[in-house]
Amino acid sequence: MTPDIQKTWSYLEEIKDPEIPVLSIVDLGIVREVAIDDEAVTVTITPTYTGCPAMDMIAASIKMELMARGFAEVLVKFVISPAWTTDWMTEKGKLQLKEYGIAPPNPRQQVCNDKLFAPDEAVQCPHCESWHTRRISEFGSTACKALYQCEDCKEPFDYFKCH
Amino acid sequence: MNSIINYTLYLADNALILGQRNSAWCGHGPVLEQDIAITNISLDLIGQARSFYQYAAELTGNGATEDSLAYLRTEREFKNVLLTEQPNGDWAQTILRQFFFSTYQFYLYQALVNQPDTRIAAIAEKSLKEVSYHLRWSSEWVIRLGDGTEESNRRLHKALEALWCYTGELFMPAEFEAGIDLVGLKNDWSTKVKTILEEATLAVPDNVFMHSGGKTGNHTEQMGFILTELQYMQRAYPDSEW
Repeated sequence: MTPDIQKTWSYLEEIKDPEIPVLSIVDLGIVREVAIDDEAVTVTITPTYTGCPAMDMIAASIKMELMARGFAEVLVKFVISPAWTTDWMTEKGKLQLKEYGIAPPNPRQQVCNDKLFAPDEAVQCPHCESWHTRRISEFGSTACKALYQCEDCKEPFDYFKCH
Repeated sequence: MNSIINYTLYLADNALILGQRNSAWCGHGPVLEQDIAITNISLDLIGQARSFYQYAAELTGNGATEDSLAYLRTEREFKNVLLTEQPNGDWAQTILRQFFFSTYQFYLYQALVNQPDTRIAAIAEKSLKEVSYHLRWSSEWVIRLGDGTEESNRRLHKALEALWCYTGELFMPAEFEAGIDLVGLKNDWSTKVKTILEEATLAVPDNVFMHSGGKTGNHTEQMGFILTELQYMQRAYPDSEW
């Protein structure tokens, strides 16, 4: 095979975040670099949160996917600097999140400060598109999400919090 | 080199032991959302501990791994401050312990981002985003409990009496902390804590004897119990892996 960087990126788009199975790791913005040296490929990824329990599984998925595509050797490297931010999530990824029922992160960082009892961040309901929503909890089903409820359609939903 | 290893282990041990303590709330939180919150914080802390242990293992060499550092060291080798190993008690005690520690981490990590060791700076920068959440969440809870009902105020007051004597150690320098501005850190910490406690209608205690020893491995009796549980699998089934 002739290793090709572009193609390798497209293979990586096949790999989904195990906790959000509609979102590829490329659209999530955690793949930082792909480097090819003969038949060996090195993929550098970064965690969303330091304690993200999905990282080992994502690394295993990358190895399996790229080996199946013909690479003899696949190395996965972890970096934590610069720190991941939701700004690295692609527009396509944000749309996919919304279709899946998770409100995508707002474009500007509004939550990560130490101000107390700050007014709830305005988040749009992914189901009925109402902005009339309220935060139930700052922490959701995973470290990267917060729990909201829509005051119009009454559905609770996850918000991929801005980070 | 030794002092960087020891300092990295100090940062790791603090995060691991408090993470382990908080994890005991899993399934026992006062309401579902707060159960999820405290266990998320636990996960963040254990994640930070892993990053620091990985670095310490690389510096140590000789086959050390993040797992061997967490699971195979003895009580006297752990450097975490006594505050992190104090019992969960009730919700007020857990909240106050978290608030004291998150305030410390918040200002410490800000300082670490700018010191010369790039690896520690990177971990601090990454973790700071998470710690900002922890600090905000625990501050709000301290105020909510202190300025809440008669009972919540009484419980927070009791927690303050139980924990205050473990806060002085944060700022007593250990050998491996040379180059860290503990005086500046103490000022920032004290100002923040005073502001929040006042808003929670509690006064900062005066003239309290401060316990110390954690940084040099002289722990309270709590520590043995924590390690017994934390290290059980590796002690019972050496070298077992997931």
